[in-house]
Amino acid sequence: MPVSSAAVSFFRQRLTAHRHFWRSSAVGSVLEPVLFLAAMGLTLGTLVDRGPGVPGGVGYLAFLAPGLLVAAAMQTATGESTYPVLGAIKWDRLYEAVLATPARAVDVLAGHLLYVAFRVTTSAAAFLVVLLLFGAAESPLVVLALPVALLTGLAFAAPVTAMAAALEEDAAFAALQRFLIVPMFLFSGTFFPVDRLPAVLEWFAWATPLWHGVTLARDLALGTVDGGSALLHVGHLALWTAAGTALAARALQRRLVR
Amino acid sequence: MDGAPGAGDSMGDMGEPLVRARGLVKRFGTSTAVDGIDVDIAPGEAFGFLGPNGAGKSTTMRMIGAVSPPTAGELRILGMDPAVDGPAIRARLGVVPQTDNLDLELTVAENLLVYGRYFGLPRATVRQRTAELLDFVQLTDRAGDRVEPLSGGMKRRLTIARALVNEPDVVLLDEPTTGLDPQARHVLWERLYRLKQRGVTLVLTTHYMDEAEQLCDRLVVMDGGRIAAEGSPAELIAAWSTREVCELRFPLTEGGPGPAAHADALAPLVARGLAERVEVLPDRLLLYTADGDAALSAVLAQGLQPVSSLVRRSSLEDVFLRLTGRTLVD
Repeated sequence: MPVSSAAVSFFRQRLTAHRHFWRSSAVGSVLEPVLFLAAMGLTLGTLVDRGPGVPGGVGYLAFLAPGLLVAAAMQTATGESTYPVLGAIKWDRLYEAVLATPARAVDVLAGHLLYVAFRVTTSAAAFLVVLLLFGAAESPLVVLALPVALLTGLAFAAPVTAMAAALEEDAAFAALQRFLIVPMFLFSGTFFPVDRLPAVLEWFAWATPLWHGVTLARDLALGTVDGGSALLHVGHLALWTAAGTALAARALQRRLVR
Repeated sequence: MDGAPGAGDSMGDMGEPLVRARGLVKRFGTSTAVDGIDVDIAPGEAFGFLGPNGAGKSTTMRMIGAVSPPTAGELRILGMDPAVDGPAIRARLGVVPQTDNLDLELTVAENLLVYGRYFGLPRATVRQRTAELLDFVQLTDRAGDRVEPLSGGMKRRLTIARALVNEPDVVLLDEPTTGLDPQARHVLWERLYRLKQRGVTLVLTTHYMDEAEQLCDRLVVMDGGRIAAEGSPAELIAAWSTREVCELRFPLTEGGPGPAAHADALAPLVARGLAERVEVLPDRLLLYTADGDAALSAVLAQGLQPVSSLVRRSSLEDVFLRLTGRTLVD
């Protein structure tokens, strides 16, 4: 999708708003994963490390940290694409105001995804600093976990935006959170390797974009990445992003231009 | 109140119309919101769509705003086809929607600063216009405040300022003063009148008679998606109503005779030419006549005893009542 000047204008509008409330949004996007890292990585981690440990012989903190980085990207991207999108369509009518200018529905979508990219990347960068302070990285390749977090964020933001653009009521967002996002957060390899799951659930985990993002970020952070599987992970995430963007463009056009 | 400013502008001397619609239709599924209307709006005029809720005014405005593709018919805005040149058309429009859609997360000034950038205006230009427009809508002292706590009238004025940031050729105002208190309405009318004096073309919808009479050079009365009549306020009143109206209220008692019963007693007045016709409303009778005082005297001479009576000039409300059989705001 081409990024037009109207898309940049929309991105700028969202950034201007973000300047007013970045502190509260940082709580959810950065502080929360840091708390998880401290609680799980430091305390639970000591128990795990005393037992058989996680595969590869690394400490639990090093295993967990890149997973949390990417899982937080999923949460942030999803959060920015549910209520804010439906709200901008229905409650505040923000998109209606934007579409009264030369901007088109695709410009709004591109600007929205730019903003999500900004939110995910800055939050992940802040978390990465904490991760490094915790000494939880094994390889300098860990910095490449940032683009992985970004791509994972978009792989969620695009289809969730498509969903939000098609909704009349916000009740479905609670269901999305309960039945998809939270289970993914818990069971897609963030906290433990998915081979601990029954086979059927393991296949489910493989199908989720989160598992691909978490696995790639972890391989990078631990320095165990190999080109073939990296390409597969990136391809999987790119597919979700591309398909989600196409669906979102269609849904927004239908919703806003009628 | 009677006699509209600039009344009588004719379409004859108009050059290329800014808006031209022929057989314009908009359907949503099986319901038809706009049912084949013809409209020409000339540069510099204040043009109104008058009608009750659901008449198709807002839908028409959204089509003219190049955000809602017509189902059928021909539509040209600023000489361009909205289906092809939507962005180029919108670049030259200012839009004040029915419901304010300001960015509530931004300050008053930021709402204008970010909006101007959609029109490709340089930052310095937008900054300068923001200062001028905030002054124009009397919000300079609120520039740094969040939008949320502003009063309805202030939000409306900010929305109007935002619609002017690109110095539009045409400003579309969908029910600009609905929901505002009388004082805020007058402030807004005065600002809109200034815009009109600067030569900005105003296209507005309203279901308020007084608003249409105050602001519009020319208007169409819409009902059920169609245009019922067209002209200046004075022309419409001349064509569809009498010079004066005598309003009569009779006591309303439970189970007693309603206004309709008294209408029969007024029939002789019509027969004698003292009134043109009688309109029966749920709470009163309207006697359409050239001379309201003479008609009232005749009513009293017949022995009828209204609890109150009022002789007034005809208004667009009467035109609407005549055309549709309904009052505008119900």
